[in-house]
Amino acid sequence: MEDIAALFHGFAVALTPFNLLLMLIGVSLGVIIGVLPGLGGANGIAILLPLTFSMPPTSAIIMLSCIYWGALFGGAITSILFNIPGEPWSVATTFDGYPMAQQGRAGEALTAAFTSSFVGALVAVIMITFLAPLVARFALQFGPPEFFSVYFLTFCSFIGMGKEPPFKIMAAMMLGFALAAVGIDTVTGQLRLIFGWHELMRGFDFLIAVIGLFGIGEILLSMEEGLSFSGRAAKINPKVVFETWAKLPRYWATSLRSCLVGCWLGITPGGATPASFMAYGVAKRLSKHGAKFGTGQLEGVIAPETAAHAAGTSALLPMLSLGIPGSPTAAVLLGGLLIWGLQPGPLLFVEQKDFVWGLIASMYLGNIAGLIIVLTCVPLFAAILRVPFSIIAPIIVVICAIGAYTVHNAMLDIWLMLLFGVAGYVFKKLAYPLAPLVLALVLGDRAEDAFRQSMLMAQGDLRIFFSNWLVGGMMGLGLLMLLWPLFGQWREYLRKKEAAAL
Amino acid sequence: MSESPEPSHQETGGFSTRGAEIAVAIVLFALGGLVVYDSHRLGSSWGSDGPEAGYFPFYIGLIMCFASAAIIGQTLLGRGAGRDAVFVQWQPLRQVLSVLIPAALFVLGIQLVGLYVAAAIHIAAFMRWLGNYSWLKSVVLGTVVSAAAFLTFEVWFQVPLYKGAFDPLSFLGY
Repeated sequence: MEDIAALFHGFAVALTPFNLLLMLIGVSLGVIIGVLPGLGGANGIAILLPLTFSMPPTSAIIMLSCIYWGALFGGAITSILFNIPGEPWSVATTFDGYPMAQQGRAGEALTAAFTSSFVGALVAVIMITFLAPLVARFALQFGPPEFFSVYFLTFCSFIGMGKEPPFKIMAAMMLGFALAAVGIDTVTGQLRLIFGWHELMRGFDFLIAVIGLFGIGEILLSMEEGLSFSGRAAKINPKVVFETWAKLPRYWATSLRSCLVGCWLGITPGGATPASFMAYGVAKRLSKHGAKFGTGQLEGVIAPETAAHAAGTSALLPMLSLGIPGSPTAAVLLGGLLIWGLQPGPLLFVEQKDFVWGLIASMYLGNIAGLIIVLTCVPLFAAILRVPFSIIAPIIVVICAIGAYTVHNAMLDIWLMLLFGVAGYVFKKLAYPLAPLVLALVLGDRAEDAFRQSMLMAQGDLRIFFSNWLVGGMMGLGLLMLLWPLFGQWREYLRKKEAAAL
Repeated sequence: MSESPEPSHQETGGFSTRGAEIAVAIVLFALGGLVVYDSHRLGSSWGSDGPEAGYFPFYIGLIMCFASAAIIGQTLLGRGAGRDAVFVQWQPLRQVLSVLIPAALFVLGIQLVGLYVAAAIHIAAFMRWLGNYSWLKSVVLGTVVSAAAFLTFEVWFQVPLYKGAFDPLSFLGY
């Protein structure tokens, strides 16, 4: 009950005219970012972050999180109308969304996509409202070993649940940790890994990495694929909207399943992209029309969109309650918290009530604003994609450079951004995952601190990580995740042997 | 964006995925080695007052070497991506470079003449040579975008951007 009161207080914080205006700006910017190739939730927010330094933190996070909602909505527009996923999590939406558009049912597909995104987000926000304060209260008792075990579990889940080859996930993650270690060691004050190059003393800022890896890298990839945008016309009128809404309740089971998949993969760092694929797969297997999936089934649009939005939203739960982001975009928002002088973690719910509940309230409001904006302005946003790539590409490069520079006002950062861009392109092509790299870069210092403090507590005895059921359980689960790919290979091996024996 | 299985156009050729795979893993191995080396130099064991500065990164470096060695091993044994897959064909590579090289020149330009001038030139040149737009259109759009950025950052948000070693816009007084 206390939390409900806090939530209403949050609505009071979020519902000022200035914040509402920021919400509208945020969602519109977000949709544009989601529609444009090379700009996505993570790097879009990273680029705009410096512009919010002068705002009050609550207004700033409201605007930035609304950009995120907008980007989640925007991905669906390009998938359905142009068969080009604007964001990785909307790849699965193209499977049935584009065929529907080809059959002249674009309006229906878009309405279904937006509405189910909204439903997914709403379910996730409700979950955050009730679960996040509990998790935070629980985590208040955490000491360094507990925090390290949470970090350990987070990073091992990447290996256990990632689609990429496990060793590549591991290598990418370690690269992130190594980059995070560069610069001044916070404990001893020694310079690490700079090899006499004093400009590196500040270390690698993950915002630069995000802008380079996701922004420049994505542009290079789009260029290689030789994109030519030829889309379907986008028309949504109230009649189509209401007709589609009338059909949606029929698919409540699909929606519910997708919400669960999304929330689960959002809290554990699976992220929106695997969530959308998994939800599509589950819907295809369990639907009566499963065989017809891929030919323009409404369910095939509902499932991935619901899951992607549920995952994208619930990725904020561990970020708010534990200070551990569940996705690169959540990591960027976490970086914002640090810059505004807020310490992410369980204490946030105690010390910064206005901020936390204002943000949670703005999640409700932002998604409503998002739904209204996308339903009314689709043709406008689709028109952006008709601007030729040879105009868009250089402008995005310029925007990325500005974003990289404004983080620290350092010219070196622009060069680093370019370097990260090339790395991002090569990594993407070779199936090295970028999310663990970014998260390791963000959390590296804090994971290291937690580890060192635990070691100090135990005088270097690793058994401290198994000293009580909570730490031991999480470490055990982490180890299980770490070894999970081996089980998979073992099963494969057994199956092959069986097949050979037959 | 899932990777589409790349068609094996033998006649067009390109970098092999195997080569790229091994090259990247070697770079990662070398970086891991560098981390191990520097952490060892700083001290990677238990000091008088607790863990030394290189304690944590030392193991990070070790794991990085281990993982990249495993990737090299898997690639050589022919597992993972198909043996003869093409990493990037020459034609798409040229397109990638047609963005990357101007972008690099643009960054160099920022270093010399500042962000605004470099941005205007970059956009105009890109449109003119890669988009085949007329000179007039290209120059106008480049200037407009650059001016809009100037107004947004210098005037409204008062976030100064890099002016370059020569600062050709110093007469504006920002």
